[in-house]
Amino acid sequence: MIRDITLGQYYQTDSVIHKLDPRVKLVATICFIISLFVVKSWVGYVAAAVFLAFMIRLSNVPFKYMVKGMRAIVFILLLTVVFNLFLTPGEPLVSVWKLTITREGLQLAVMMAVRLSFLIVGSSVMTLTTTPNSLTDGMEKLMKPLGLFKVPVHEVAMMMSIALRFIPILLEETDKIMKAQIARGADFESGNLIKKAKAMVPLLVPLFISAFRRANDLAMAMEARCYRGGENRTKMKPLKYAGRDRVAYGVLLAYFALCIVIRIYL
Amino acid sequence: MSIILDHVNYIYGADTALSVHALQDVNLVIPDGQFIGLIGHTGSGKSTLVQHLNGLIKPTSGNIYFNGEDIHASDYDKKKLRSKVGLVFQYPEHQLFEIDVFSDVCFGPKNLGLSKQETELRAYAALKQVGLEDEYFYQSPFDLSGGQKRRVAIAGVLAMKPDVLVLDEPTAGLDPKGRDEILDQIVKLKEETGITVILVSHSMEDVAKYVERILVMNQGSVLYDDVPKEVFKHYKQLEEVGLAAPQVTYIMQALRESGMPVGVDATTIEEAKREILKAVGRK
Repeated sequence: MIRDITLGQYYQTDSVIHKLDPRVKLVATICFIISLFVVKSWVGYVAAAVFLAFMIRLSNVPFKYMVKGMRAIVFILLLTVVFNLFLTPGEPLVSVWKLTITREGLQLAVMMAVRLSFLIVGSSVMTLTTTPNSLTDGMEKLMKPLGLFKVPVHEVAMMMSIALRFIPILLEETDKIMKAQIARGADFESGNLIKKAKAMVPLLVPLFISAFRRANDLAMAMEARCYRGGENRTKMKPLKYAGRDRVAYGVLLAYFALCIVIRIYL
Repeated sequence: MSIILDHVNYIYGADTALSVHALQDVNLVIPDGQFIGLIGHTGSGKSTLVQHLNGLIKPTSGNIYFNGEDIHASDYDKKKLRSKVGLVFQYPEHQLFEIDVFSDVCFGPKNLGLSKQETELRAYAALKQVGLEDEYFYQSPFDLSGGQKRRVAIAGVLAMKPDVLVLDEPTAGLDPKGRDEILDQIVKLKEETGITVILVSHSMEDVAKYVERILVMNQGSVLYDDVPKEVFKHYKQLEEVGLAAPQVTYIMQALRESGMPVGVDATTIEEAKREILKAVGRK
């Protein structure tokens, strides 16, 4: 049921992308997202598509698996397309009743749909190939300079990794409690909105209690091991750039430069 | 009146790289009124199997029949099935949510659409069946001790008056006293009402004393399905799959090997005592 949501869950396999330093993947993802807004012509989107396809191919994650995770955002995608399609003023193409589709609207809708799905697939390539722990490690390292401005970088990273770590646990817990209540005759599916909302109480109360209990246990376990934040803390596996990471940065730079060239000349 | 499992297979995450064959060709007949122990190592498929019994999980292939009807037929009333086959999950106290014990136990019968009076009568009877004193009825379930919470949760399922009661590791995480109390209550309940009880456990010791039939699960399939005495004869094979026969079995084996003429199929301490006294008296 709930466990079927695969959007961005780590997919274990062996690939070049999996082995890259998480910092490279973070920077690459940010660059890719920016590049989607830099380019404005079709040539640019083709370039982005080729780059993305290349990355997906390299990552060894089955494309089918990736698309399955996209189902969750189809609704948002559809909404964007519909609004852009009908509400953009310009040269009318088709007119039905009060709704008019304009040339500009069509262009914008397609562009938005492409942008959004590239954006989501692009960032899911990162999360699919990086474990949450190394992701937060990378983030902590990248944000380290912010520490000079009194930003609690380590604490933020720790909070993020704990939050990420709890997602599968809480999903499993939800599934279990849901089943237990269904076994006691609870009905989560039928009825109107109010009835459905009311039916959530037997699910949410135990879920919150369990989340608090786990948080409490975790805090105690951390304290028992003398956790006291990030000062002078060393890592078991410190992040170090390898040869392939430099190559990856090179490829990324080339791609980004290409996008800017396309923007200026085409 | 029975549950029949016909060539049931279940695969978790069927079309991903991480698929797990949790049940492999399980065939079972569970007649009315039996007291069954379902035993297996962690990950052997016990919990998956019991969730099939009330239709929470649909088998990947195979059929399940309750009283002769296919429970996954499109017109089958699953809600009714769930009131007939009561399933108590592992750590059932984690499902409590109401403001007091009594209303929590009422949740099940209320969902069945019973009248207020009938609901409350059933809740009261169920709480009495699990041996909870009246003084706790209007307390918050979260203020009770672990063992008490668990009894409340079991009462929540009993209040639906099931014909078949399935308990998934009802003694997990309890101290020896709490464990004995819960098991004794279950035995008493079984004697009083005559319902079918399926007790899931990974401890032979818990189960050997009470049940009349043992199912041993290993890696998703049923390894043994017999009366306890017969199952424990395979104590060497049981060890291989990470289980053990009751300690008494080992003692009797050792006595036999050292030359004492005792029968080796005793499964409880009482039986062993009788055997040993018999052997000693014979000398």
